Amino acid sequence: MNVKLKVWRQASGQQSGGFEEYEAKELNPNMSFLEMLDEVNEELIQAGKEPIAFEHDCREGICGSCSLMIGGEPHGPEYRVASCQTYMRSFKDGDVITIEPFRSKAFPVLKDLVVDRSAFDRIIQAGGFISVSTGSAPDANSIPVPKVSADLSMDAAACIGCGACVASCKNGAAMLFASAKAAHLNLLPQGQAEKDRRVLAIVETMDAQGFGSCSNTYACESACPKGITVDFIAKLNRDYALASVRTKLLGAAA
Amino acid sequence: MELNGNVPSGPLAQKWSEYIRHSKLVNPANKRKFEIIVVGTGLAGSSAAATLAELGYKVKAYCYHDSPRRAHSVAAQGGINAAKNYQNDGDSVYRLFYDTVKGGDFRARESNVHRLAEVSVSIIDQCAAQGVPFAREYGGTLANRSFGGAQVSRTFYARGQTGQQLLLGAYQALSRQIGLGAVQMFNRHEMLDLIVVNGHAKGIVTRNLATGEIKAHTADAVVLATGGYGNCWNLSTYGRQSNATAIWRAHKKGALFANPCYAQIHPTCIPRSGDYQSKLTLMSESLRNDGRVWVPKRREDCGKHPNDIPEADRDYYLERKYPSFGNLAPRDISSRAAKEACDDGRGVGPGGRGVYLDFSEAIQRLGQHKVEERYGNLFDIYKEITGEDAYRVPMRIYPAIHYTMGGLWVDYGLMSNLPGLFVLGEANFSDHGANRLGASALMQGLSDGYFVIPNTINNYLAAQQEKRPAADGVESAQAVADVRAGIKKLLDINGQRTVSDFHKELGNLLWEKCGMARDKDGLEQALREIPRIREAFWRDAKVTGEGEDLNQALEKAGRVADFLELAELICQDALHREESCGGHFRSEYQTEDGEALRQDDKFAYVAAWEFKGVGAPPVLHKEMLNYEEVKLATRSYK
Repeated sequence: MNVKLKVWRQASGQQSGGFEEYEAKELNPNMSFLEMLDEVNEELIQAGKEPIAFEHDCREGICGSCSLMIGGEPHGPEYRVASCQTYMRSFKDGDVITIEPFRSKAFPVLKDLVVDRSAFDRIIQAGGFISVSTGSAPDANSIPVPKVSADLSMDAAACIGCGACVASCKNGAAMLFASAKAAHLNLLPQGQAEKDRRVLAIVETMDAQGFGSCSNTYACESACPKGITVDFIAKLNRDYALASVRTKLLGAAA
Repeated sequence: MELNGNVPSGPLAQKWSEYIRHSKLVNPANKRKFEIIVVGTGLAGSSAAATLAELGYKVKAYCYHDSPRRAHSVAAQGGINAAKNYQNDGDSVYRLFYDTVKGGDFRARESNVHRLAEVSVSIIDQCAAQGVPFAREYGGTLANRSFGGAQVSRTFYARGQTGQQLLLGAYQALSRQIGLGAVQMFNRHEMLDLIVVNGHAKGIVTRNLATGEIKAHTADAVVLATGGYGNCWNLSTYGRQSNATAIWRAHKKGALFANPCYAQIHPTCIPRSGDYQSKLTLMSESLRNDGRVWVPKRREDCGKHPNDIPEADRDYYLERKYPSFGNLAPRDISSRAAKEACDDGRGVGPGGRGVYLDFSEAIQRLGQHKVEERYGNLFDIYKEITGEDAYRVPMRIYPAIHYTMGGLWVDYGLMSNLPGLFVLGEANFSDHGANRLGASALMQGLSDGYFVIPNTINNYLAAQQEKRPAADGVESAQAVADVRAGIKKLLDINGQRTVSDFHKELGNLLWEKCGMARDKDGLEQALREIPRIREAFWRDAKVTGEGEDLNQALEKAGRVADFLELAELICQDALHREESCGGHFRSEYQTEDGEALRQDDKFAYVAAWEFKGVGAPPVLHKEMLNYEEVKLATRSYK
């Protein structure tokens, strides 16, 4: 099969970018989307041109590096997969496919399809952890965790930090990402001690990093390659309200 | 020269506590005067950086990804071993130790393995406390499953994403220290050289991958946790960015490289489908708990639809050859058995390079729902890649390069022969011998980072007060100049062939001549070919763009250039080791029924190689493996 690509090229964050067109020919439908880009890049290199910069690593949908807006959708047309798990069999011969970076105010473009997502790291650094230094843990079975809580916590913890939720959101909100991390830890008995502190720090940092507000369109959920649900956003809102009341009104922060 | 592993004396089970008891300590007020560089933020690097910062050291951590959370530890699926004996099935520290030594085909350092088994129990405690959402029973206690090479259930897991969850635990611990200002994090920084001052490792040179800036960073000690070198074979289950550059350049600065030929080939990967393929995807070994491996008994049945081949015409070859371990035979043995079946013309799928992993019996026994609960995400991955539904048709699997047991040589304290250079996780050679058991990589990475390095680095640092060089010292300036010259050299080649093309050529050669089976002729042929490919690379490679920019073509070129040197050492090591052990199978050395035949009288040692220049023969140093507790035996899983 053959497809035509319209790819966003931008030399750096300081320069403006634009679309360039490329032909990808004689593709095997079992190729991954990134393998198709590899082939285009091989041709560009052979022609002495700079290859298209894009992020990727594990190529099995777990590291969260890949971050392509494919045909206007984060990670492309298939449901619940990352860009690297998108295969050419999802497209038709002769398709014109637009490829852009994950755009958002909080994710500045570095080059071509590569954006800076370090704002996510700063949210985790502010509160996305349980404060337990190495060596101070009790025996793992001394704190029973109901299977239901562990399973729900795992659903939230499955987030790969790719940023599709932010890219899909008209407000550039990071609520799905932030709420997934808060829920992962708040749902476990181990996470209770600093729950209020965690929630307040995460939300405050999210705002400070330039992410927008949530207006409940749920675009994030449909874009998420890991099926993280907006239920966690509702939970974050509840946890935040309670933490605010306890901390700011009653002064009883953990 | 014979190498000394600095193993403490005394009974095996007391060595680690004795070591800690006699360690030199650095008092809390002095800890903050020491700076430690940690390169790599996978399980070993993140856990080390977090723990060292918790102790009060000033830590600088480096990763080439945009975030420390992306290291390839994230991709480990199946689980992590620990000798908790929560299942009351007869497990113990000793049994985990013994299984690991035996699994490694008696080529690991006994004392390190025992420590690993001891520490394993604390790892689970630490991770559970961090909020790693391990699988649980309804009563709230931790669930376990069994894994290859063991007859007890000691593997802890978080669905099929155990590596991800353990890495997030370590990443979050690291993030907490970054937030507290105790760790300075350098994302998008690749280490390109080691700075050695008066024979001690005292810093690194990095390239900022976003800007191209080259810079020297100095410290009191350097910790490398940069993973394995399986991408030397090109197609592997590794992340595409995984590379050997950090350890290889440390090797070129004097660190010995141990057992480079020990590479693990994982039996359950999705077979390759075409030349465009960029990587191979692993299907967790845990699948072998319920999946049965088979090929048709007759060659002429290979083209048939698997569901049309009756039970009587199927060869469940692992169950047949290894009745007591069956489908849970260790990785090296299962991989070789798959190769044998395919070499016999009974492979299935494109090119006849595949075997079936069949769940129909498990689905009948447990119901599809239960199988979905256990392995659902793996079946999903399989479907995404192949377009096939493994609930209805057996999976097709084939072995692929997955892990490297070899790595930089370290002593018992995880310090290389270069004082001040510590090496953790897959980057070192120490714990898995010639073959690693499933669910042991996560255990080793976290053991090294959370529990070993914080108790050994102090022994070195205690004598290092006031010895940290300035970042603009002579050695630093020289290393920076060398790195700049290396980059210019790559950009100046301006040839015709892409770097990926060279990587593919090298990878195919290694897979053919130094893959699942090796022999003298093939290795000698590879050793003639590799210098030719390397020479062609430096004459004809095409590297586009500029040095002072985000330039992925340049990044790849530097890494492949290093693989082209390392590949030669891998083959030299494989040629010199005239025996079969674990992942290193020399066709000349096998038993009558095709099992690996060790030569304990000649090769019961660690082969640690000293770099003498590109193309020059490396010098072999031996560390003899003295087994005090375990009797060397022929590994049997029958």
